[in-house]
Amino acid sequence: MVRMDTVINGTRFDREVEPNVLLFDFLRDELGLTGTNRSCDVQVCGSCTVLVDGLPVSSCTFLAYEADGSVVETIEGIRDSDFYKRAESAFVSHAAVQCGFCTPGFVMTLKSIVEDGGGADEAQLRRSLSGNLCRCTGYRSILDAAAEIVGEQ
Amino acid sequence: MTSTTRVEREPSVRAVGSSFPRVDAVAKIDGSADYVGDLEFAGMLHGKVLRSDIGHGRIREIDTETAERMPGVVAILTGKDLGDIDPYFGHAIRDRPIVAIDTVRFVGEPVAAVAAETEAQAEAALLAISVEYTDLPIVANLDSALASDAALVHDGPIRPGFAHGLGSLPERDGNVCYRYGFDRGDIDDAASQADIIIEEDYEFPAVYQFSMETHAVIAHHDGGEINMWANCQHPFLVRAEIAALFGFPVDRVRIVVPFLGGGFGSKSYTKMEPIAVALSRKAGRAVRIVNRVDESMVTTRRHNMKCRMRTMATSEGKLLGRKVELWLDTGAYADNGPRVTATAADAAAGPYRWPSVDVQAHCVYTNTGPAGSYRAFGATHLQWIGESQIDEVARQANIDRLEFRRRNLLRPGEEVRPGGRPLDADLIGDVEKAAAAIGWGRERIANRGLGFSVGLLAAGAHPVSTAAVRMDADGGVIVLVGSTEMGQGTRTVMAQIAAEVLVMDPAGVTVHGTDTRFTPYDRSTGASRSTTVAGRAVELAAREVLDSLLETAASFFGGIDPDELEASNGQIWYRDESAGYAELIAERFGFVGGELRGHGEVKPHNGGGSYAEGPVFWEVCIAGAEIEVDRDTGIVRVLQTSSVADVGRAINPQLIERQDEGGALQGIGNALFEEMIHTEDGVLLNDTLLDYRIPTTDDLPEKMTCIIVENEDGPGPFGAKGCGEGVLAALPAAIVNALADAGVPMAELPLTPERVWRQIQKIEQRELERRP
Ligand code: FES
Ligand code: FES
Repeated sequence: MVRMDTVINGTRFDREVEPNVLLFDFLRDELGLTGTNRSCDVQVCGSCTVLVDGLPVSSCTFLAYEADGSVVETIEGIRDSDFYKRAESAFVSHAAVQCGFCTPGFVMTLKSIVEDGGGADEAQLRRSLSGNLCRCTGYRSILDAAAEIVGEQ
Repeated sequence: MTSTTRVEREPSVRAVGSSFPRVDAVAKIDGSADYVGDLEFAGMLHGKVLRSDIGHGRIREIDTETAERMPGVVAILTGKDLGDIDPYFGHAIRDRPIVAIDTVRFVGEPVAAVAAETEAQAEAALLAISVEYTDLPIVANLDSALASDAALVHDGPIRPGFAHGLGSLPERDGNVCYRYGFDRGDIDDAASQADIIIEEDYEFPAVYQFSMETHAVIAHHDGGEINMWANCQHPFLVRAEIAALFGFPVDRVRIVVPFLGGGFGSKSYTKMEPIAVALSRKAGRAVRIVNRVDESMVTTRRHNMKCRMRTMATSEGKLLGRKVELWLDTGAYADNGPRVTATAADAAAGPYRWPSVDVQAHCVYTNTGPAGSYRAFGATHLQWIGESQIDEVARQANIDRLEFRRRNLLRPGEEVRPGGRPLDADLIGDVEKAAAAIGWGRERIANRGLGFSVGLLAAGAHPVSTAAVRMDADGGVIVLVGSTEMGQGTRTVMAQIAAEVLVMDPAGVTVHGTDTRFTPYDRSTGASRSTTVAGRAVELAAREVLDSLLETAASFFGGIDPDELEASNGQIWYRDESAGYAELIAERFGFVGGELRGHGEVKPHNGGGSYAEGPVFWEVCIAGAEIEVDRDTGIVRVLQTSSVADVGRAINPQLIERQDEGGALQGIGNALFEEMIHTEDGVLLNDTLLDYRIPTTDDLPEKMTCIIVENEDGPGPFGAKGCGEGVLAALPAAIVNALADAGVPMAELPLTPERVWRQIQKIEQRELERRP
């Protein structure tokens, strides 16, 4: 067991965890945070994206204890933020969500882009979002929503 | 008449035709939407599946003893546990055991399953199970499976499944498990008259549908009932199959379907449900199984195919005949292979007037993972082949490719398939729009090509759907309909259809997922049928509710003729007086509660519902593309695309465009790089997203145009017909044609840089040799 003293969505968790527990499983199994989804398991699809100290990470390949001393945010933790409100309305108005399995991951990545200063153009957005896969939308609507979110600051 | 409201009457706001925001958008964005893997029940166990690591063999022994004693392990299922039931399933051919019995037929076939308190314990126990096999010869591709001395994947007779809908199934012939063909006219005559003969062998790859969410199911067999939470597209068909497998009446099997994280056909028919139920039966507790991606890739995939096609025409470009032979690799179990085979054969001729045509299609067992449905199946297989030959005929006859289509495409009302539904769409108008959108007729640019393609997809599956609409005492509406929300937006569209009939705001309508215990029967969610068929049932059900409101209003307003009444914005109007729906329900029941209920039912007119009389409608598959090829590297880039959604009537235009955009990107992936690669031993080499690439934001073309055509010629509500699949058949074909336009004709997909580069070398070599 190793120590994990981490602030997750504003609450401090000081726990002992098995060293091989993934952050993804910790969030879902221990804390019931099921808004983060798993698909590829190999850090390609981005559906499991959460923020660790503001940076997007794939929680499917990030060990829980590695978040020791860090601040973790998941989709559940940002629902009341101004950023989220803007993101939600942009995703709704562009119909940038279909099955929704990828969507929280995109929202989390976008949050880090916005916090990084935003102002990205289409080419930069395409690059920054190329680690988030979506099989349903074909990306056009997501990029349009993203441009609105990033541009609105 | 005391409680009527007198207000200025506002114009009716209509629900259909507006891009009403998705009713499920917020729950999906904020992560609160539940998928099967998010659900947990007290006492629920976790299931893991041990899969075969050989492609074909007899099971000598499975030793589970050590595993059984491991911590947390509650039950281990093997073929031996199924002696009391007939353990084979398959809606088309009943060829698939719940877990392997005596024989394994593909790498990845379930051999045993463990139920344990935690996922980690179940996984650990899998490692402790040892299986001994005797190897059998492996036929892992079409060539080896069709060889005269090929080992047989199955040796028993064909047992028809309960829902194949294909008439009487032919006998198995070697590894060919299903054949479908037709011919008309005199094909030899065509050959003797033809000046232009295009003949080629083609190869089409297996791909993985890749819905982001893998297959997942929670099952609880408690001895008296079976309850399941499953991400299945066709819960009512799965229910029937599970009931038959485990010897239960249908009413004691229940399936609840939460949101699906994508489907695209991968979750159609029965997949992981039987093994989860059998494991739960043994454990006596609920069990959840969630596949990894590599497991889902051996659960279903698209059929790879070989095809030989010959198109014959006169030098003036008159079409004389087409002969097609095709072989689809359905893997070790038929799954939906027979239907895919028939649909491919139906798409083979293309929507042209043929004096003669001869199509023979074969569905072939191999020792690879089973292949089933994937968006626009059959049409995706054939359209790129048929349309590339039509382009070539036009080229040789020196006719503009668009003009060639104007002359030869079928027109509305003409026969597509003998005895089937005649053409119900304006193909020429549609293809002109798709071609115009990519700049047809403009000057040539070096290394760039323009292409488009036209096809039809037999859509709608079996038109059997029922639905119920309930209006509560406060005027709110619940629609009970069995179509599965997998991303396409069916809950939104159903809310709009009900709201349109009831002339109210769609925000007042709620649509939930299916619970087979309460939701009326719907055959399936696929073949673009939900809006057209299930939507019609919702429309009819809503009309019954409206009729009840009108009936109550007629007496409310003093016994007037209901024809004098009109519904508008949640009120019933009689001249300048109105009464709200809630008021009318209170009037009807004389109480604070009560509800109005409507039932809708769609069935084939003659009650037979056979495939041959169909389809419900022809889905138009039309797209255009502009590509650029780098002749030094073979890299093909799609610069722009166009697609036509010929939807009859657009219930929600924004959702239609989004469907087409998503389909277009899948089409680009399918055309350019997606391909599952199997070894001679049947091992899938690229079974993770590290090696199997799907499109990313990098692959998005600069411009995508979706053209919505509304001719109100569909059989669905308000003249609607389904959409969302056609583009996946049409765009790869348009890309192939655009590449041929740039000088590189291809007979094999995907168009990887290596393949394209080799073809360029071959062509340049040939040109060199031809020079004097
Ligand atoms: S599940 Fe983590 S990146 Fe795909
Ligand atoms: S909306 Fe389904 S994967 Fe993105």
